[in-house]
Amino acid sequence: MSSWTDKRPMSPHTTIWKWHLTMASSILHRVTGVGNYIGIFLVVAWLFATAVGPDYYEPLSGLIGSIWGQLILFGFTLSVSYHAINGVRHLFMDAGMALNPKTGSFLSGLVLVLAVAMAVAVWLLSGLVPGVDPLNMTGAV
Amino acid sequence: MSKPQQNFRTPLGKVRGLGSAKHGAGHFITQRVSAVALIFLVPWFLISLIGAVRGGYDGALAWVADPINAVLILLAVGASLYHMRLGMQVVVEDYIAKHSTKAVLLMLNTFVCIVLFAATAYAVLKIAIA
Ligand code: HEM
Ligand code: HEM
Repeated sequence: MSSWTDKRPMSPHTTIWKWHLTMASSILHRVTGVGNYIGIFLVVAWLFATAVGPDYYEPLSGLIGSIWGQLILFGFTLSVSYHAINGVRHLFMDAGMALNPKTGSFLSGLVLVLAVAMAVAVWLLSGLVPGVDPLNMTGAV
Repeated sequence: MSKPQQNFRTPLGKVRGLGSAKHGAGHFITQRVSAVALIFLVPWFLISLIGAVRGGYDGALAWVADPINAVLILLAVGASLYHMRLGMQVVVEDYIAKHSTKAVLLMLNTFVCIVLFAATAYAVLKIAIA
């Protein structure tokens, strides 16, 4: 028999749980980390196609410009935005800050809002949304 | 309160005899050091890359050919690959219990990141030095 005498229940209770913002945040950090892992393939493919020549660059560019390509690109922007902002929260937590439950829930929610705002801002400012180009990135005058 | 636990290893853990590989702290620290570098590199990369994409093929070439951009691209992609290799290693270790599958996936993770870095280095050096 085991010498384990601690009477308290052993974690995790995988069937008894409810959603918390901090839990969603923890899961999202991992999901977006893996999302970034997949997304960087696209970045490297783009660099490689640029180096090889227009024969590779143009088809890839067309693919990214399609509606599915744009959806994937926005998803990637969102993933990087969330992971980057929440990553900063992680670094503060690793330094022992912002750890109490109230602060944790508040910051988890705040990071979510900031990440969506950041992704939308990147798209608006970079002229990726058709008809919106405040910084004239497309050079269309 | 019950008596504090003197030894944190579970009976099952003792029987299996598997312990730390003594690489945990180094992994933890390098993952975070790369994260700090990425806080600066990733926003630059996002903004700069999107500007370059707007300029079509010639714009893309000109962007990579710029010496400062070339160095920053290598740093941004290199730090990302380094960081994501460490991150994916943890994900695999968390979810894959079978030793053979785990060993194969960890190797694959390393190979994928090295191949992506080689492709990046080739692309950037070819454009920037040509
Ligand atoms: C839908 C259910 C769940 C999902 C998808 C999930 C997902 C995750 C993920 C992705 C992490 C890693 C986070 C990170 O490393 O940043 C994590 C960590 C953790 N989870 Fe869950 N979780 C779930 C339910 C639970 C439950 C029910 C418990 C406990 C009762 C629990 C306890 C923990 C603990 C203690 C950690 C931290 C482990 C460590 O890093 O040392 N989780 N979970
Ligand atoms: C932009 C700045 C970034 C910051 C501040 C950051 C921060 C972090 C931190 C602190 C962790 C550790 C989380 C933990 O152990 O609980 C982590 C995990 C991870 N990161 Fe990043 N990261 C950034 C960008 C990236 C990028 C660009 C990629 C991929 C290309 C990436 C991929 C990953 C992966 C795969 C994990 C493992 C996920 C997990 O264990 O749950 N990260 N990041």
